[in-house]
Amino acid sequence: MNLQNIITEIEKVDPEVYERMDTRRNAMSSFAKASGKIALAAMPFMLGSMFKKAYGQTNADVINTLKFALTLEYLESEFYKQGVAGSGVQTVGATNAAALGALTKIRDHEVTHVAYLRAVLSALGDNTAPVLTAANFDFTAGNSAAGTGPFAGVFQNYDLFLAVAQTLEDTGVRAYKGSAGTLINNNDVLTAALNIHSVEARHASHIRQMRRARAVAFPANPLYTSVNLAKPWIENKESNINSTAVQPNYDGEEVATQLGVNIATNGGVSVAAATASFDEPLTQAQVLVLVDPFII
Amino acid sequence: MNNKISSPPSKDEKLISDFGIQRRNMLKFFGASAAVITLGTACNKNDDPIVVPDGAINLGSGDTGILNYAYALEQLEAAFYVQVVNAANFTTLFSATEQLYLSDIRDHEVAHRQFFKTALGANAIPGLTPNFTTIDFTTRIGILNQAKAFEDTGVSAYNGAGKLLVDINYLLTAGKIVSVEARHAALIRDLISNGTFADDLDANAKDIEKTPAQVAVIANTYLAANSQISGANLPTS
Repeated sequence: MNLQNIITEIEKVDPEVYERMDTRRNAMSSFAKASGKIALAAMPFMLGSMFKKAYGQTNADVINTLKFALTLEYLESEFYKQGVAGSGVQTVGATNAAALGALTKIRDHEVTHVAYLRAVLSALGDNTAPVLTAANFDFTAGNSAAGTGPFAGVFQNYDLFLAVAQTLEDTGVRAYKGSAGTLINNNDVLTAALNIHSVEARHASHIRQMRRARAVAFPANPLYTSVNLAKPWIENKESNINSTAVQPNYDGEEVATQLGVNIATNGGVSVAAATASFDEPLTQAQVLVLVDPFII
Repeated sequence: MNNKISSPPSKDEKLISDFGIQRRNMLKFFGASAAVITLGTACNKNDDPIVVPDGAINLGSGDTGILNYAYALEQLEAAFYVQVVNAANFTTLFSATEQLYLSDIRDHEVAHRQFFKTALGANAIPGLTPNFTTIDFTTRIGILNQAKAFEDTGVSAYNGAGKLLVDINYLLTAGKIVSVEARHAALIRDLISNGTFADDLDANAKDIEKTPAQVAVIANTYLAANSQISGANLPTS
C-alpha cells in the first residue's frame, strides 16, 4: 500500500484533499503516530477511517454492525468456554478426543473473533463496546441468572449442548450474511466480515456432522427422535433438532427462489437441494429477538 | 425482481476504480452515480477496454463480470462432482453416507451453475470445457483432495469478490452461496481428516480471500485450451 500515491491520485480530482485532511503534514503525522500504536492487521481499517473523516462520511452503520457482530461473538465464545469446561463435553471428551478437540478449536476461534472485532472497532476510533462476560449470558435461554430456561442443563447434557451449538452457529451465519450489505461501502470491513462468515459456516458444518454421528449412535435420545438426521447443510427449514424452541432460528431457510429464479425447476434438482444450496439471511433486528433469551 | 442482470456498467466506473481506492466511497464523494460521471479525460487514463489474451473468454466488467466469474467457478465444481458421482467406482470408493453427501454437493453445485446461467441470460459466458486430466479420479483420497481444493478456492473466491460487487442484492446472493461452499469445504476436509474443518485460517481465525486474478490462474489449470478465462476487465477494488 502506498498511501502517498493514493493521496496524490485523489489530489488530481480533488485539489483540496490535503485541506480536507487538515494539512498534509498533519495527516501524515497522525497516520504515522496511529500506525505505531495499532496492530498491523488493523491498518486498512484505520486508513479507511482517515478518508471517511476527510470526506465527512459517517461510518455509524459500520460501527453498529461491528458491535452487533461483537455481541454475537461474545455469545458464542462464552458459550464454548463454559461448554468445553462443562461436565457434558468433558465426560464425552474423556473417551472422544476428536469431539473435545473440535469443540476446543471452535472455542478458540470465537475467542479470537472477539479480540479481532474489538481491535477493528478500536482502529475505527470506537472504544465504547462493553466487555461481556459469562455473567451477561443465560445459555439455558431463560433470560435470567437462575439458568432455568428451556435449555436447562445445557453444559451437563452433551447432546443438548451440541443442539444449542448448532443453532448458534447456523444463526451466526445468517446474521453475518444479513449484515454484509451494511458494510458495502467499506471494502476492508466487508471482506473481514465475509471471512468470518465463512468460518462460522465451517463450524456449523462440523457441529452438524457431530450431531449426525450422535443421532446414529443414540437414536432414542429425544433430541434426535422425530427429525431427520442432520446434514452439514440446511434443507428446507429443518433444524434436525426435536425442539420447537429452536425452530424460529430456522424459519425462512426454506426460500427456494433467488433473484427471481426458481432454483429447483431451473436446476433440475429437488426442493431439498434447492433450499440447501442457498443459506438465507436474518436482519439484525430478527437476530436480536432470537438471541435475546440468552442475554441477561 | 427481474432475473436478468443488466449489461456491464460504463467504462467510467471502471476508470474510477483505477484510482486504487474504494470505488464506492469515491462515488459517494462525488455525489453522483457512475452513469453521470465523465472523468475519462481528467484522469488521463487509457479508456480502451483491456484486451484479453488471445482466445481467452472475457468474463466482462462490473457486477456482470463478477457474476460470470462465479458462473465459471460453479461450472468447474459442477462438472467435477458430476464426473465423481457418475463414475463406476463411486459406490465402491465411498461409504453410503459419503455417497449421500457427495450427491447432495453435486446437486448444490448444479443448482448454483444453472442459477447463474439463467440470471446472467444473454450476458452469460459460454459453457466451459473442463480439463481434468491432472485429477486422480481413481482413489478416494485423490477425489477428496481435489474436492477440497475446489471448495476452499470457491470460498476464498467469493470472499474476495464480495467487495467488488456494487449491487447489494448481488452481494447478498453471493453471501447465500459462499456459506454453503464453506459447509462443503468443512465437510470434505473432515472426510479427509476429521477435525480439519477450519485449519487454514489467518491469525484472526478468518478465512483468507483470493482475488479474481489469483483464482483465474488456478481455474485455468482445470479448463481446456479453448475455455481459458480472463478477468482482465473485472473491477479490482
